[in-house]
Amino acid sequence: MRIAGAEAVSLWHADPSLHDVDAVILPGGFSYGDYLRCGAIARFAPVMDAVIAGAKDGLPVLGICNGFQVLCESHLLPGALIRNDHRRFICKEQVLRIENTATAWTSSYRPRQEIVVPLKNGEGGFVADRRTLDELEAEGRVVARYLDGNPNGSYRAIAGICNPAGNVVGLMPHPEHAVEALTGPGTDGLGFFLGLVVDEDAA
Amino acid sequence: MSHAGDAGSVSGVDTVELAQRTPEQPQPYAELGLAEDEYARVREILGRRPTSSELAIYSVMWSEHCSYKSSRIHLKQFAQRAPKTDALLVGMGENAGVVDVGDGWAVTFKIESHNHPSYVEPHQGAATGVGGIVRDILTMGARPIAVMDSLRFGRIDAPDTQRVLPGVVAGIGGYGNCLGLPNIGGEVYFDDSYAGNPLVNALCVGVLRTDGIKLAKADGPGNHVVLFGARTGGDGIGGASVLASATFESAGKTKRPSVQVGDPFAEKVLIECCLEIFAADLVVGIQDLGAAGLSCATTELAAAGTGGMDVDLDLAPLRDDTLGPEEILMSESQERMMAVVTPAKLEAFLGLCAKWDVLATVIGTVTDTGRLRMRWHGEMIVDLPPRTAALEGPQYRRPIERPLDQDAINTHDGHDLPRPRTAAELRATVLQMAAAPNLADKSWITDQYDRFVMGNTVLAQPEDAGMVRLDESTTRGIALSTDGNGRYSRLDPYAGAKLALAEAYRNVATTGARPLAVTNCLNFGSPEDPAVMWQFTEAVRGLADGCLALGTPVTGGNVSFYNQTGTTAILPTPVIGVLGVIDDVARRTPQGFRTDGGLVYLLGDTRDEFGGSEWANVVHGYLGGRPPAVDFARERLLADILINASRDGLIDSAHDLAEGGLAQALVESCLRGHAGARVVLPEGIDPFVALFSESTGRVIVSVPRSEQVRFTDMCTARGLPHVRVGVVDLLSSTLDVQGQFTIPLRELRDAWSGLFAAHFG
Repeated sequence: MRIAGAEAVSLWHADPSLHDVDAVILPGGFSYGDYLRCGAIARFAPVMDAVIAGAKDGLPVLGICNGFQVLCESHLLPGALIRNDHRRFICKEQVLRIENTATAWTSSYRPRQEIVVPLKNGEGGFVADRRTLDELEAEGRVVARYLDGNPNGSYRAIAGICNPAGNVVGLMPHPEHAVEALTGPGTDGLGFFLGLVVDEDAA
Repeated sequence: MSHAGDAGSVSGVDTVELAQRTPEQPQPYAELGLAEDEYARVREILGRRPTSSELAIYSVMWSEHCSYKSSRIHLKQFAQRAPKTDALLVGMGENAGVVDVGDGWAVTFKIESHNHPSYVEPHQGAATGVGGIVRDILTMGARPIAVMDSLRFGRIDAPDTQRVLPGVVAGIGGYGNCLGLPNIGGEVYFDDSYAGNPLVNALCVGVLRTDGIKLAKADGPGNHVVLFGARTGGDGIGGASVLASATFESAGKTKRPSVQVGDPFAEKVLIECCLEIFAADLVVGIQDLGAAGLSCATTELAAAGTGGMDVDLDLAPLRDDTLGPEEILMSESQERMMAVVTPAKLEAFLGLCAKWDVLATVIGTVTDTGRLRMRWHGEMIVDLPPRTAALEGPQYRRPIERPLDQDAINTHDGHDLPRPRTAAELRATVLQMAAAPNLADKSWITDQYDRFVMGNTVLAQPEDAGMVRLDESTTRGIALSTDGNGRYSRLDPYAGAKLALAEAYRNVATTGARPLAVTNCLNFGSPEDPAVMWQFTEAVRGLADGCLALGTPVTGGNVSFYNQTGTTAILPTPVIGVLGVIDDVARRTPQGFRTDGGLVYLLGDTRDEFGGSEWANVVHGYLGGRPPAVDFARERLLADILINASRDGLIDSAHDLAEGGLAQALVESCLRGHAGARVVLPEGIDPFVALFSESTGRVIVSVPRSEQVRFTDMCTARGLPHVRVGVVDLLSSTLDVQGQFTIPLRELRDAWSGLFAAHFG
């Protein structure tokens, strides 16, 4: 967010206040109780009540990796993320296609733009029942899809989805690791953060 | 034996008072690994027989693992013959050495073995190996910023490798990934000798400000001793179960698992909690609980500080309240730390622990009595001078004898092994080598490690060295490489250690960083075998000589003995880690060819050197002769040229020549950069020797045409041999060795990259 020109504010899991931030990112990493089911315990963190309330009021929320899992566990997004089909953790540079550029987080991408960002997960397989999948597709709520091979067995190669309003986005790959050419595969990931900042500036 | 429990102690525990009254009571010192004379020395120190708790403490603290009793007299030369440097802020003996890298930044790094647990239970053994070394780095006051690992397994197609390798890799990944630490490199080699004894050496590096160094000492009488982190459980108790069953037979306890179980999320929280505690300057001293758990932390903190400590062992939070005091003292439960805190800062300390949901308990007090005293249910169960356990353990000068087969193995140098001659044979050999386990693509392993996390990774495997930026606020970075070739060391352990050092040093310089300091993990067989002790002492001498010649001090390390199956020792395997610093990470030199038309130069001299080579291993399964010669003056010159060329933009890729020689280096630079190359082998050298010799002190670099004159002038002026061997051809998609053979990159990649998936799924 800092590179995109915004100010980053850390929110503490046990603090029920969002401190008037303009948007919330639930980052990747690990959270307490992941060994039960990723994100299943974290969704009960006191701060999540405020995140859920905010999300329902249109607050932009982006969940990356473990954050995506928390959003699914919180029912802000449908479906679930299960162990990779090959049963191993995978860390690689992944090609994605941005399928929806109308969300709060993807507006700076061109329609169907292909980007390369790191992917790193052990439980990244997106699953949902067929009706939900059909709904997501029909409503354009598949935000990003894996190209050049499905790295974790996600149904319909789905890498990210959004809620009907488009303010809540969950994404398994890590755009925050593609914001500096020196430390990532490039700067393709910056768009996720720029889109929000540009929108905020316009507003 | 169980009469200790019946003979009058209220709590049923062996007390100091009881020990005084029952001097003749037999004790299971041999089962705990203490020799008869060591046990006699404990009795002499105490003036009575030890209590079972004291016996627990001495037995773990005087174990080879904790006391370095067979190695210490030899390791002294790292300090005695250390090169002069003002970069070393903390030297050997602390949890890890600390090196000044400029601008007020310091880094601390260390490598440590977790070999035996990783064989018994590969996943947890390897995971807790990572956890342990990370806590060592944290204990110095540093934020851990990266990990690496150096692995050795039995043959890739051996059935047990199927069990051990995937478990070890998943364990390292599972723990390190969860800690949010990028894994930036390491190595993996396969050899029969590791089949029953794999090696898992884990390295961690951390960063701190030079004024933020913390030390492991308990100073200041009246200060509190706080145990914090995880509760103590029954895991990781090795010898304690012997004691427990010997002392409490009637209680009917089963033997407890001797491999620890890790909880990386708990460690992540502990790291963040400790860093806040350090930032608020709330501790006098701090120590992690690793091998020998509470026994080690209490005796070492007390011995290094004011000298005494009173501990109420009943206060230690337990996961299993049936644990006896001996088990509590020996437990190696993970994710625990011990701090010494002044009364004035205790509240703030406990407050921070509460914020992070880290359990913290005051269990004792620093004293100036010179005694470590512990109570259990109100009775004194330990009363000993801590120095005798922590610092003044036994030291041995073990018998040393050159192995009987050493002459034979050196004499049979394999000069008569059939060599490929024709172009077709050379081509086939390039492909065969690229597909061999020690040279093939390791991404099946490294793709299970997060290399991106923290956003500061500049280079990671398969680059010559891993490189991370210290912090987003600076351009300064560090580079790290670990190396160690057991085959070279088997042929000549003195040379093997020097070769490992030279290669790690060269790898760091190849990325453009200046090598500064050394850590080591010395993996050998039984020190009670005079032939192994010869290998060990030769390797130590070689490393000390090498460090002196390169001007890079040893900052710390680890010795792992007893790596053998039955009476057969592993290949002697000194693993050497070198740390370097680079002012601007944007100037780093990557391994892959990337600029069309770049001129490929081979730096250094090529000789007919195939002793211990990968070619002899892959093609003939042969080990004999002498390893390649090493010339430290040349290594220093080569490093200087590489560092200057990187800084001044004279080269855009560089790759060290190691196992597999020039051929393998070309294969890797082409595949890494997705670029073809046209190669002309140097005149006057047999093509086979040119392609596969493992002569050291060599690197291939790619020089942009615009910089050709400046680069070659610099090499000429400094007297570094350099010969143009080709040109990068981005579009050709082939490795074309002119006058010999052409191999499409696709064919090379197929050969190089399929092996691990074929074996491990």
